[in-house]
Amino acid sequence: MLDLKHISKIYNPGTINKTCIFQDFNLSINSGEFVSVVGSNGSGKTSMLNIICGTIDVDAGDILINGENITSMPDFKRHRRIGRVYQNPAMGTCSEMTILENMSMADNKGKPFSLTPGTNKKRIPYYREILQQLDLGLEDKLDTLVGSLSGGQRQALAVIMSTMTDIDFLILDEHTAALDPRIAETVMELTDKIVREKGVTTIMVTHNLRYATMYGNRLIMMHQGKIVLDKSDSGKEATSVTDLLGLFNAISIECGN
Amino acid sequence: MDMLISILEQGLIFAIIAMGVYITYKILDFPDLSVDGTYPLGAAVTVALISAGMNPLLAMLASIAAGAIAGLATGLIHVKLKVRDLLSGIITMTALYSINLRIAGKANVPIFNMPTIFNNSITNSLFSGALAPYKTLIIIFVVVIVAKLLLDWYLKTKSGYLLRAVGDNPVVVTSLASDKGSIKIIGLVIANALVALSGSVMAQQQRFFEIQMGTGTIVIGLASVIIGLNLFRRFRRTKPTTSAIVGSILYKACVAIAITYGLSATDMKLVTALLFLIILVLGRERRSRRKADA
Repeated sequence: MLDLKHISKIYNPGTINKTCIFQDFNLSINSGEFVSVVGSNGSGKTSMLNIICGTIDVDAGDILINGENITSMPDFKRHRRIGRVYQNPAMGTCSEMTILENMSMADNKGKPFSLTPGTNKKRIPYYREILQQLDLGLEDKLDTLVGSLSGGQRQALAVIMSTMTDIDFLILDEHTAALDPRIAETVMELTDKIVREKGVTTIMVTHNLRYATMYGNRLIMMHQGKIVLDKSDSGKEATSVTDLLGLFNAISIECGN
Repeated sequence: MDMLISILEQGLIFAIIAMGVYITYKILDFPDLSVDGTYPLGAAVTVALISAGMNPLLAMLASIAAGAIAGLATGLIHVKLKVRDLLSGIITMTALYSINLRIAGKANVPIFNMPTIFNNSITNSLFSGALAPYKTLIIIFVVVIVAKLLLDWYLKTKSGYLLRAVGDNPVVVTSLASDKGSIKIIGLVIANALVALSGSVMAQQQRFFEIQMGTGTIVIGLASVIIGLNLFRRFRRTKPTTSAIVGSILYKACVAIAITYGLSATDMKLVTALLFLIILVLGRERRSRRKADA
């Protein structure tokens, strides 16, 4: 259960560039929900994710996870329960380290990073098994530097790394936007499979309206820091890409674009 | 032959610095100028303790600890007080100048005729006869290899993985629920401990401490690291610590050749700076070409 209560956030306060992102923003997400978030650029989607993850601080309001107030908790502590995948495939992995080293680190999340060997050799068959499901041939490249993989391969690895340990929330920030259509499909299917298997509460920001309607059981549209559409389950199923586009256009005309 | 031994001795002592600079510059991407202060700090602690009658090996360990504390200071200034990386190092370096003078007592302290790791009853009896001329070199070599193996081992531990990750992509470290600030501090502690160890070995080899000995340490360390890494670029299996050691020896060889061809020792810092500039520019060109290929 995630609650955003009366969130306010202003960028560059007191200057000519003052931008109000949120004013009294409220959102409540139940455990086990898979929420797709759509909205135009600047509507506050990524800012909302950054606020949940602690990447940016709020000016007012509270963030609660299962009733516990985490507003003042530093970002790295929040990530004990949060897994996040970014739009840029380079953000979720270390390029100068091998696939095996990257996976070993992800596997150790939440436990102390002590002076014991970085890679547990007994876990290698398990890593191979996970990679095999991707069908990208990564299981035979464990000693390859991640920097030499393609964007799609890196993003698939990032999705796996972010969900290797038990997490309460999975945050997906336009994670298929930088990929070619075919690999985007693969990464999206992989994500959906992992979310179903683990039953992890998921928030997915996307510009792909088809993904937004196809995946998940709740759909939110944001505009200028407000939620303009919020449909769950059957309501969401009844919403089509055309409906969303219509709403998009209506909003844009309203703004004079 | 004497020149070769001298190059190897000097090169190996500076190789310890190069390994430290490898951590800050290459892994953490942190231009850590505090090493210009921690190198003489290691020397100052060593001469002060040896003069006071302490066992040279213990004096060396104390120097390492002193360097670690200096690295901790730089790390805390940068991470907790949020001072820019370059400035944090300059602050520590400047403070250390006075601290080093306090520890050593004066600007120039000789320790001739006092026991050192090179000159004590055990090593003197161990290296007699034909081995005697190589005694210093062999002992330095052992110290360097121990430092290298320890660092290699550390970089393969879980903590070492995080250290490499934080320079590579700090976002991943945060995602792993670890504090990137503390990891940076650990890196600076290890790096400066190594540099102080090098200062301690140097003071015992040349048998004196001199307050100016630290000037340009960072540049020599960087030059060694960059030479080494560029040299072994094509051989991915080469450990970066090995590259740093070879780079350092090559660097000292270049300097020795420059001196034999008539350059005065006082011109050395100028030569160092110019050489470093050339290495940087060449290294950058190669990088941009590689990007163009991709």
